[in-house]
Amino acid sequence: MFSLHTPESGDQYRFEIQLTGVWKVEYFSSVKSFMPNIVYVQIFFKFVPMTFEEVKQVLKTKTVGIAGCGGLGSNCAVALARVGIGRLVIADFDLVEERNLNRQFYFYDQIGMLKVAALKQNLFRINPDVRVHTFDIRLCQSDVVEVFSKCDIIIEAFDKPEMKYMILDAVHNYLPETYLIMGVGMAGWGDNNLIKSRQSDKLIICGDEVNAIADKCPPLAPRVGVVAHMQANAAMEILLGANEHQIHAEK
Amino acid sequence: MKIILNNKEEIFDGDQFTITELLKVKKFTFKMLVIKVNSQLIKKSEYDTAIVKEGDDVMVLHLISGG
Repeated sequence: MFSLHTPESGDQYRFEIQLTGVWKVEYFSSVKSFMPNIVYVQIFFKFVPMTFEEVKQVLKTKTVGIAGCGGLGSNCAVALARVGIGRLVIADFDLVEERNLNRQFYFYDQIGMLKVAALKQNLFRINPDVRVHTFDIRLCQSDVVEVFSKCDIIIEAFDKPEMKYMILDAVHNYLPETYLIMGVGMAGWGDNNLIKSRQSDKLIICGDEVNAIADKCPPLAPRVGVVAHMQANAAMEILLGANEHQIHAEK
Repeated sequence: MKIILNNKEEIFDGDQFTITELLKVKKFTFKMLVIKVNSQLIKKSEYDTAIVKEGDDVMVLHLISGG
């Protein structure tokens, strides 16, 4: 892929080339032809290439808040623990029930336990280096601010729309510098390509934005897991500084 | 006017709309909506007064259940 942008002012032509694994390459030339007279080249990485050891070095300094420990929250927390997140702040008031096991990261022998306690146990079994702070509460706006104020990112993992709105409003008003990654639309099965993400400033939405829970459209492991892992993936992208890294080489 | 609505270009008759008018035209009747205009969150109480005009980037998010 290659495109040319005619300059609006000045005398440089901007070329864009897309390469695999690289977000985009731009080079600036003083003439309107492809190769000669390169003034400088910029390479924009979609992500900074890193070894897993390097990834862990960055992530271990980071804190992620997880609001709700159901299908989205428990699976997202597990993914972040596996890649070496430093600290997780998890909040939920609920107990593990048998009907949760079709999608939530709990075990049959944990039925009846507090979700935050069971999740802490599971996270510890996967990665004992993650520090997990648990809050056994039904979050309200002032709790959100208090519990998550030191987090780099907050993952919204509630099931009820009213709660989703509550945390969006709270983060927008009181924690405007914190990224909020929401899960919206994940019930049912199939329709892989309907699931997507979009961003508006520090708000990121993951999900199909269409499929709400219904009697005949239950939330189940595969699709809920996809969205939970998209949330974890978006968190990694932010924490590892995507979109900011570029190489600038002058001739 | 031409606006970006949920990442897609859309053209409407008229120079500007209030949020309430936009929702009516688009037949968005869902109760739990999040609306941002040019990254600015619009509160429910402002739907009758907040304006959408040519070139605006509008996000209408349906907060549906599931998590």
